[in-house]
Amino acid sequence: MTDNTELPVKDQAAHEAAAKVADYEHGWSSAIETDFAPKGLSEDTVRFISAKKNEPEWMLDWRLKAYRHWLTMTPPDWAKLNVPPIDYQDAYYYAAPKAKPKLNSLDEVDPEILEVYKKLGIPIEEQKVLAGVEGARKVAVDAVFDSVSVATTFREELKKAGVIFLSISEAIREHPDLVKKWLGKVVPQHDNYFAALNCAVFSDGTFVYVPEGVRCPMELSTYFRINAENTGQFERTLIVADKGAYVSYLEGCTAPMRDENQLHAAVVELVALDDAEIKYSTVQNWYPGDAEGKGGIYNFVTKRALCQGKRSKVSWTQVETGSAITWKYPSCVLNGDDSVGEFYSVAVTNNHQQADTGTKMIHNGKRTRSTIVSKGISAGQSNGTYRGLVRVAPNAEGVRNFTQCDSLLLGDRCGAHTVPYIEVRNPSAQVEHEATTSKISDDQLFYAMQRGLGQEEAVALIVNGFAKDVLQQLPMEFAVEAQKLLGISLEGSVG
Amino acid sequence: MLKIENLHATVADKPILKGLSLTINAGEIHAIMGPNGAGKSTLAYVLGGRPGYEVTEGSVSFTPSPCHPRESGDPGATLADATLGPRFRGDDKGELDLLALEPHERAAAGLFLGFQYPVEIPGVSNVQFLRESLNAQRKARGQEPLSGGDFLKLAREKAGLLKLDMDMLKRPVNVGFSGGEKKRNEMVQMGILDPTLAILDETDSGLDIDALRIVGDGINAIMRRPDKAVLLITHYQRLLDYVQPDFVHVLAAGRIVKSGGPELARELEAHGYAEVAA
Ligand SMILES: Nc1ncnc2c1ncn2[C@@H]1O[C@H](COP(=O)(O)OP(=O)(O)OP(=O)(O)O)[C@@H](O)[C@H]1O
Ligand SMILES: [Mg+2]
Repeated sequence: MTDNTELPVKDQAAHEAAAKVADYEHGWSSAIETDFAPKGLSEDTVRFISAKKNEPEWMLDWRLKAYRHWLTMTPPDWAKLNVPPIDYQDAYYYAAPKAKPKLNSLDEVDPEILEVYKKLGIPIEEQKVLAGVEGARKVAVDAVFDSVSVATTFREELKKAGVIFLSISEAIREHPDLVKKWLGKVVPQHDNYFAALNCAVFSDGTFVYVPEGVRCPMELSTYFRINAENTGQFERTLIVADKGAYVSYLEGCTAPMRDENQLHAAVVELVALDDAEIKYSTVQNWYPGDAEGKGGIYNFVTKRALCQGKRSKVSWTQVETGSAITWKYPSCVLNGDDSVGEFYSVAVTNNHQQADTGTKMIHNGKRTRSTIVSKGISAGQSNGTYRGLVRVAPNAEGVRNFTQCDSLLLGDRCGAHTVPYIEVRNPSAQVEHEATTSKISDDQLFYAMQRGLGQEEAVALIVNGFAKDVLQQLPMEFAVEAQKLLGISLEGSVG
Repeated sequence: MLKIENLHATVADKPILKGLSLTINAGEIHAIMGPNGAGKSTLAYVLGGRPGYEVTEGSVSFTPSPCHPRESGDPGATLADATLGPRFRGDDKGELDLLALEPHERAAAGLFLGFQYPVEIPGVSNVQFLRESLNAQRKARGQEPLSGGDFLKLAREKAGLLKLDMDMLKRPVNVGFSGGEKKRNEMVQMGILDPTLAILDETDSGLDIDALRIVGDGINAIMRRPDKAVLLITHYQRLLDYVQPDFVHVLAAGRIVKSGGPELARELEAHGYAEVAA
């Protein structure tokens, strides 16, 4: 590691420091005193991470078990993705999260990113928070809300309602019973290659517990918006909604996220008990790489919900515009009778991006219902695949599923693919699948432009119309930004 | 207002317009008639700037009326001054080289095309479509955007003029509209966008008897003004009973082969193209 000039400032420090340690004559043992792990992955790396986080013994054992299992696994190759070989020994697995440097003003931010903030209509003060400008948070908080410290207010309010909302590391220490009870219960350690890797080395993430009968008093998105922070490359999220509880959670940000960690492998587990409801929304806008597809993020995520309780409901909504490669199938295991799973997705691929995304709806309980609405938009030389499984267990009576899967193509060098898997083992099930593929027509574009819209505005409008059924599932404040984001991510893709 | 000189245009390398000349002054209503395939829609598309319609020869100048923008700004300034920047400023009479403009710039300059086949845009409501379009035009003209409330008021007024239920405007653009509803919707759009020059391609086709009168009245209400002009493309006299043209032209094989007053349309209806325009 000698030439770091290509890296954003925030990662240079981490890389330089890590490089130093790798060369350090006393070797491994002294690295424990530092804020980063040396390059490469071994049991020592896992122990280092666990020690850094002050984890109890059981957690370390859990990680090591996952690591040993991971060693026996091979990366999946069934997706319609062209993934270059990843050298897992040529990566860093732990760096203290403070790698983000303080900037003195917005002048120090990459102008390209600022341009996008502007297009998204993000207020200046909030832009400063997102970009990490020194002292911006307090100002932004005052500008956006009338309170002294909104984060504190939020925390108080949540506490009053009995909602536990912590980083997963804190939760492991403070609520070990809850964590032990559910961690890895929705996505088992050996579920897949990337999930196992995450179990071994997850950096941090979020834990939410909403107690019985409690309706979480705020969208957990509001909180994040103010606290937009780098959560790291192996994120771990666990959300448990107890009986009759409700929570809406928004992950991600419409503002573009750059990260030099090329591989991201998150795991998200949701648990809904009787009559509980979880709404989980994602806006993912990681760096997709340059126009040639170089340098973009690989996003291999495992997201799954356990609708364990009767009449429980989980709804996944995702807007995916970023990353070079996306591999992601937010799923619902519908165990409770009358439980409901929903999946609403917009996935945009442009230039050389590849996305293989979809969902799995596993109907085990009686009268369980699921709705899948997938909207794929492909432009440039990109490839988008919808891959979806609907499975109905033999004794699941009265199951219903509706799948709507639409693809929109811009230009003729991109591809859209639909791969439905339907496994019905109970004859009473009603499973419907509709799929369409269309192009933005020259007629539509000219019509909109004749009315006064510029070409990119016209494309954005038509694409938003195409994605409307999904966008309207998002919390209001993000729906507006997500709409703009779709337009931005398709800029330059027509004409 | 519009001066077309010796216009030649091809579609997919096939010559369609072959030396068409036509002058339209402010305050005038012109009708173009002509056999199927003569190039009437092609003329409309070329004037609108549709990609794929290539001008190989000739020129078109467009002088938007001086009082546009109407509601605000300097009433004496020409649109060309008000907006499109030096590239499109044209000469000191405010004359624009229409063919040099992008389709949306032509729209902002005050050109409106009523489509023979209005296009469906799923998932986008008429209200959203028109508000974004109008505000894009206003932005290009250096005007403030219209607020949601003001826009709805405007839309309600124009929908009322065309007797189109406001609920139709909340539905996606033209999706599931009947043929006649689409045409009436085009006229509501025209009312909202308030152009200086409207080119209406067979707006009368597909209209029932009552709708024809409503659309005719609508065109008169919106466009019959000393500072505006209309080019009506039609096959039938019946629309012209409501919207009296000042001039009627016959377009055949890519050129204007005959021009006259309103009586020419009646002659054509009585005797056909072969006899009248031979
Ligand atoms: N994309 C195309 N490729 C080849 N020929 C085309 C294309 N578009 C139009 N044409 C031809 O151009 C000619 C003029 O078409 P245009 O639509 O302008 O006729 P029109 O006068 O409007 O007819 P109508 O009265 O039937 O509406 C026709 O012969 C048509 O077939
Ligand atoms: Mg025609």
